[in-house]
Amino acid sequence: MDDLIADFVAECREMLEALGGEIVAWEAQPDDRARLDSIFRFVHTVKGNCGFFDFPRLEALSHAAEDALADVRAGRRHPDGALVSAVLAIIDRIGEMVNAIEAGEEMPAGDDSALIQALAPGAEGAAVPVAAVADGTIKSSAAPRTIRLSVELLDRVMSTVSDMVLARNELARRLRESTSDVPVDGAFERLSSIIAEMRDAITRTRMQRVENLFVALPRMIRDLSAELGKQVLVDIEGGDVELDREMIEMIRDPLTHIIRNAVDHGIELPADRLKAGKREIGLLAVSARQSGNQILIDIQDDGRGIDGKKLVEKAVANGVVTKEEAAQLSPRDQLALIFAAGLSTASQVTSISGRGVGMDVVRSNVERIGGIVEVDSRLGEGTRMTLRVPLTLTIIPALTVSIAGQHFAIPRTAIEEIVRANGESVTLEHLGGAGVATIRGRRVPEVPLAGILGLDSNVEEKDRTLIVLRPAGGDVYALSVDRIHDHEELVVKPAAPAVMATGLYAGTTLADDGSPILLMDPAGIAKVGGVKLEMQERTARIAEGPAAAVSKETPVLLFRGLDGARRALRLAIVDRIEEVSISSIKQAAGQLRAQVGEAILPLAGANGAELPADKVRIFRLNDGSHEIGYAFAEVIDFATIDSDVIHADNPGEVSGVSLVGGEPAELVDPHWLFANHIGAAARNSEPLVCRLPADDPWMQNMLRPIIEAAGYTVVSHGEVEADLIIAKQGEEVGEGAHAIFLRSEPEPSGKKDDSIYRYDRAGLLMALKTANAGRGK
Amino acid sequence: MNELLLVVTIAGERVALPANAVESVVELESLIPVPRAAAHVAGLSALRSRVLTVIDCMRSLELGETDCSDDIREAAVVELDGHHYALIVDMVEDVIEALSDPAPVRAAMGTGWERVSQGMVETEEGPLLLVDVAALIAGTDAKAAA
Repeated sequence: MDDLIADFVAECREMLEALGGEIVAWEAQPDDRARLDSIFRFVHTVKGNCGFFDFPRLEALSHAAEDALADVRAGRRHPDGALVSAVLAIIDRIGEMVNAIEAGEEMPAGDDSALIQALAPGAEGAAVPVAAVADGTIKSSAAPRTIRLSVELLDRVMSTVSDMVLARNELARRLRESTSDVPVDGAFERLSSIIAEMRDAITRTRMQRVENLFVALPRMIRDLSAELGKQVLVDIEGGDVELDREMIEMIRDPLTHIIRNAVDHGIELPADRLKAGKREIGLLAVSARQSGNQILIDIQDDGRGIDGKKLVEKAVANGVVTKEEAAQLSPRDQLALIFAAGLSTASQVTSISGRGVGMDVVRSNVERIGGIVEVDSRLGEGTRMTLRVPLTLTIIPALTVSIAGQHFAIPRTAIEEIVRANGESVTLEHLGGAGVATIRGRRVPEVPLAGILGLDSNVEEKDRTLIVLRPAGGDVYALSVDRIHDHEELVVKPAAPAVMATGLYAGTTLADDGSPILLMDPAGIAKVGGVKLEMQERTARIAEGPAAAVSKETPVLLFRGLDGARRALRLAIVDRIEEVSISSIKQAAGQLRAQVGEAILPLAGANGAELPADKVRIFRLNDGSHEIGYAFAEVIDFATIDSDVIHADNPGEVSGVSLVGGEPAELVDPHWLFANHIGAAARNSEPLVCRLPADDPWMQNMLRPIIEAAGYTVVSHGEVEADLIIAKQGEEVGEGAHAIFLRSEPEPSGKKDDSIYRYDRAGLLMALKTANAGRGK
Repeated sequence: MNELLLVVTIAGERVALPANAVESVVELESLIPVPRAAAHVAGLSALRSRVLTVIDCMRSLELGETDCSDDIREAAVVELDGHHYALIVDMVEDVIEALSDPAPVRAAMGTGWERVSQGMVETEEGPLLLVDVAALIAGTDAKAAA
């Protein structure tokens, strides 16, 4: 019986979680039959089970809700705000009771008859302001077929698989030593590939869709905005991004906190918004995307923004910074003060936020899991918070280095660049015994790893390698090591307390040969090495000089196409490289498509070229929402475009030619690729109009396809009234229309600068989307 | 049923470890040092896919240092709070049965022994000192941490 009850509780839980978003969506569109049905199904299931288990109160509640909803389904009744609130209240009560059943406690006290009466037609209910949900952002999710497994069991399977990999490595070594026997080698190869596949699959079992985290947000925001008398439009995107399930739990609280802040402090009351010339309904966009081995979660509101000056005043008053320091803060540093302990800009403490404990806790929680919180805000226009977290806690891409023959690993996420101490643009000096490296005009404190660890290095200082590290939330420093070895994906395990007590290590791991390696903690090294982090970024900027030219070099990946042409692709859009067998490439639905794992990607780069016999390597390109594959023969090198680009006459797969590494290379136009392979699918039914300057070749050649792919019709000056205007920074545009300004430098020129860097694809897409959502209704 | 004891030699002295705390007895091959860690942490070693934190019992007892330079050392593997440790001992002898509950030792022992002592147990081979594994792992800074 206990087992049955546990199952019942788990089932209710799962349905309740999935329901949170549905109800709010239903409220916004009461005639949405699919959502009504799923809510009905929930109360119906509860009712059925209750009869079986003898929970009379639960049964009465669910029965009443079922009756009311059945009336709505039969068209006898129209769902109004009062009914929705009453159903919500009942579902909440059911949730409480389910919790109590699980804990084995008494049912929460209270009379349910008031709740049931509120369901009656014409019953007096508090009119609740409606929080709208953007169309189609929440798809009704059919529950996938699942079974329940304990995480411990999964962990055990995972560690067994790790054992298996080590045993395989051992066997591989023995096989190499003995005389080779072809059939044995063949069998071993097969075993190896099966083990690799299994390891991959097991790793995937720990992954969960971020949707699980997002699904509760609409409901939370609805309740919050109702309580505060605000109106908030929620736009959620990227729920299908996958993340380690432990990681999801770890970011739940920080995310909730940031969203509460955004609704409470960010978005203004409807009246204030109208006064400020904004729409009454505030926009809160939550989106997740994967970037390399990190997940980025953006929380963007269009509220009042953060007042940097006010923050500084407060920080000075609270003694967080001195007046002198405050005067030197850049706009970005000013905003970063919200993460300082004990600071809150809210002039009033509300029940929701503003108690001054908050952002500092958010930051430390996110940093504990190796993540970063970034804030970007413009006064009067809104705030964007970005959570950057690693994909998983257990497998960390790392760089192995050595000191005096002993190997150590450094998490790759913290590494900014690697330079040789005797490299061209690097000088190493000593001031009072402390090392200071100057890397391309930037002064960075140098920390010798050998010194920190108390090991004797026999490598001359000038022959060492400097690893420029940016620990989570901290500032850069350079770590000098004897030698760097390899990039490896390491399964990291927590180290024993006696090892962690040193403050230098983040965990232990096993190398491929089965020997233990210590994983360094970049923040810990900085602390032990005595690097003064807070101070450093500010002084470093002085060394750059005010007029330091920002490099305009674009990093590209130089490769040879299947047709033998030398080509280059911007590095930022290449997600990764995969090998697919020829058999998984098929002509389907009008174009070549490649199957990669479970995804089917449109395949570019293979048209008209001869495919190799068995396998072909492809780049996976990602524009933030869609993926396509690009087949190629071989990677030549990483390079940067520093010469001028000669643009092609007609838009096409190749946007121009430039000198890369001393030889001409064709530049592949990713905008065109996406527009051609994905664009048709992403087009909006009612196209919005966007105005682009006709005389700007960059905008016309590079930007136009991406804007068209986002669902806009592109026009030139003054032809028709535009919903959106895109212009270069500093240009004048007419009043009223929504405008996006693009700048050519990556860094904004000042606090007032609201332009977007023109290669900031994600920022651009977000801005396009925001404009779209704002105009679309 | 009486408790089983694993008899080991540490610093030339025969002592008893509670046998149910010991997962296995292994011969450590390679040892990776942990720079900057407490002195009694001899390093890390791998046992299949597990990382063992190796504890030098002599250092933990402030009785000098085990000579780890000669290749192979015997060690008892124990688990504490989810971490696996290997305790380096001079020699692992035998498993025997305790004939009594631990009783306080009233004679004065060395400070190191005093710290890890769980009392004296009677066995067929005479009285043995029962050693607290957790105290052995915590080492000298146990008091500071507590």
